[in-house]
Amino acid sequence: MSGRLLVVGAGQAGVEVASSARGLGWDGPITLIGQEPHAPYARPPLSKAFLKGEASLESLALRSVAFYAEQRIDLVLDEQVAHLNLTGEEAVSASGRRWPFDRLVLATGAQPRPLPIDGADLDGVLMLRDVRDAGILAQRLATVTDLVVIGGGFVGLEVAATATAAGVRTSVVEAAPALMNRVVSAATAGFVEAAHLAAGARVFTGVRPHRLHGEGGAVSAVVLEDGRELPAQLVLVGVGARPRDELARAAGLRCDDGIIVDEHSFASDGRTLAVGDCANLPDPSPAPEPAPRLRLESVDNAVEQAKVAAATLVGAPRPYRGVPWFWSDQGALKLQIAGLARADDDIVIRPDARPGRMTVLRYRSAHLVAAECVNNPADFLVLRKALGAGVSLPREKAEDTSLSLKRYLQVAPA
Amino acid sequence: MPKVFYIQPDGSETVVEAVAGDSVMQTAVRNGVSGIVGQCGGSLSCATCHVFLAEENADDFAPVSEDEDEMLDCAATEREDNSRLSCQLVLADGQEVRVTVPEAQL
Ligand SMILES: Cc1cc2nc3c(=O)[nH]c(=O)nc-3n(C[C@H](O)[C@H](O)[C@H](O)COP(=O)(O)OP(=O)(O)OC[C@H]3O[C@@H](n4cnc5c(N)ncnc54)[C@H](O)[C@@H]3O)c2cc1C
Ligand code: FES
Repeated sequence: MSGRLLVVGAGQAGVEVASSARGLGWDGPITLIGQEPHAPYARPPLSKAFLKGEASLESLALRSVAFYAEQRIDLVLDEQVAHLNLTGEEAVSASGRRWPFDRLVLATGAQPRPLPIDGADLDGVLMLRDVRDAGILAQRLATVTDLVVIGGGFVGLEVAATATAAGVRTSVVEAAPALMNRVVSAATAGFVEAAHLAAGARVFTGVRPHRLHGEGGAVSAVVLEDGRELPAQLVLVGVGARPRDELARAAGLRCDDGIIVDEHSFASDGRTLAVGDCANLPDPSPAPEPAPRLRLESVDNAVEQAKVAAATLVGAPRPYRGVPWFWSDQGALKLQIAGLARADDDIVIRPDARPGRMTVLRYRSAHLVAAECVNNPADFLVLRKALGAGVSLPREKAEDTSLSLKRYLQVAPA
Repeated sequence: MPKVFYIQPDGSETVVEAVAGDSVMQTAVRNGVSGIVGQCGGSLSCATCHVFLAEENADDFAPVSEDEDEMLDCAATEREDNSRLSCQLVLADGQEVRVTVPEAQL
């Protein structure tokens, strides 16, 4: 529990590992290195409040400056680790500085997947991962009339909602037949799509962008593969993210869509740990027939997996178990998902008497495995708890919309 | 500068000098006050920022919204009359606020 702890990547997961390890009694020096010039901040608001101008970078800070000092966490910013020597217990940054360690945690996150089509390098084609990207996007949004969002995933849809609300003509292009493909049921995707259409966005599903048109080096239109042309002075590419596992790979750690870790967050050398968006982990959820491995890109996972890693570090290991959950705010829509559903899981829709709300339950044979709540935070909390506790909700009860989930699940036997 | 007094279930107290405009949740999380998680960063999505607000502060904040109200009904620790989600308690200059942290948030 003493020795030098080095955490590479000062994002949500890195901050949590460093502070939890200290909280659990790690005595030695803790160094948290991040390549961005800013103190660690929360990313979710980048596509929401920050983009709307309702939150400043300062307001996104994950911890106060005083906190790092009090906890004796040496926060090193603007320094990119370029090389790892695991046997020599040393990391080297791009600037040539050397960082010896006794224990190493990789929390390098993910980066947006680029779009491999003609014109993707034109001016006005942006991606969104960090506060710098968000600042540029916000600036550009204020000057354009037409935005095309390529990719109907969470980040793309959040930006689309913000842009439409700001009066920018917005189109969303999604190659899959439905928005948020595979992450939510078709029912939820349809509900969300209707809300975006009602807010004034255009949505094109089941079609790929073919190339981007430019004028004088700047993007002017997105040409779809069916020949349709969508005018755009700004294009946001939101086609998913890939894990930043290149350091780990070069150091000889096993990687396959992320750094392969076990339920204690150990990488393949049995000594290095990896957490957050960069890690590929065994499914922590209690659902039957869990996915063998997956990568989770969420605040919940970054925090919970980091806590597991901190416990491992201080010699009090416990396996990572829990119901992963995620939220996404898209304009007036609050979408909350608990549990991990597969495309072939059944759905039970619980419409709400109040318009604009809906809850969808996902079943794998007789088991409730996930819940998708639109503007139903109370349902979400009850279902998240039930899923975590393994409390069953028989399907015929779920189908009975006169039944209060809260009342039923609180009195039902476990 | 606003000041927040956080009282733990065991009675111990932490005092934090806050920044006006920050919420009681943000102030706790940034300063490592235990018992307030605030996973969703204040977007009314998680209910991991439940607190009991001292009576003398009852009128210092905007009232409970419909979503907050429903979420409080489902918080991990049983709701009481003075329950609030602390991400909705935005601090103003000069304010002194006392909150008690519940036993569990998840
Ligand atoms: C726009 C946006 C909106 C989101 N909205 C939501 C949401 O609503 N709900 C939700 O649950 N999740 C959301 N997420 C996902 C969530 O933010 C991530 O899952 C979470 O930030 C992952 O934390 P992390 O620490 O693994 O990675 P990150 O937060 O990405 O942190 C990794 C850090 O490591 C640094 N780094 C990488 N390599 C190196 C190196 N070699 N040397 C030094 N530093 C390095 C990076 O610069 C970065 O700062 C959103 C993400 C984005 C981008
Ligand atoms: S921080 Fe999530 S509801 Fe308050």
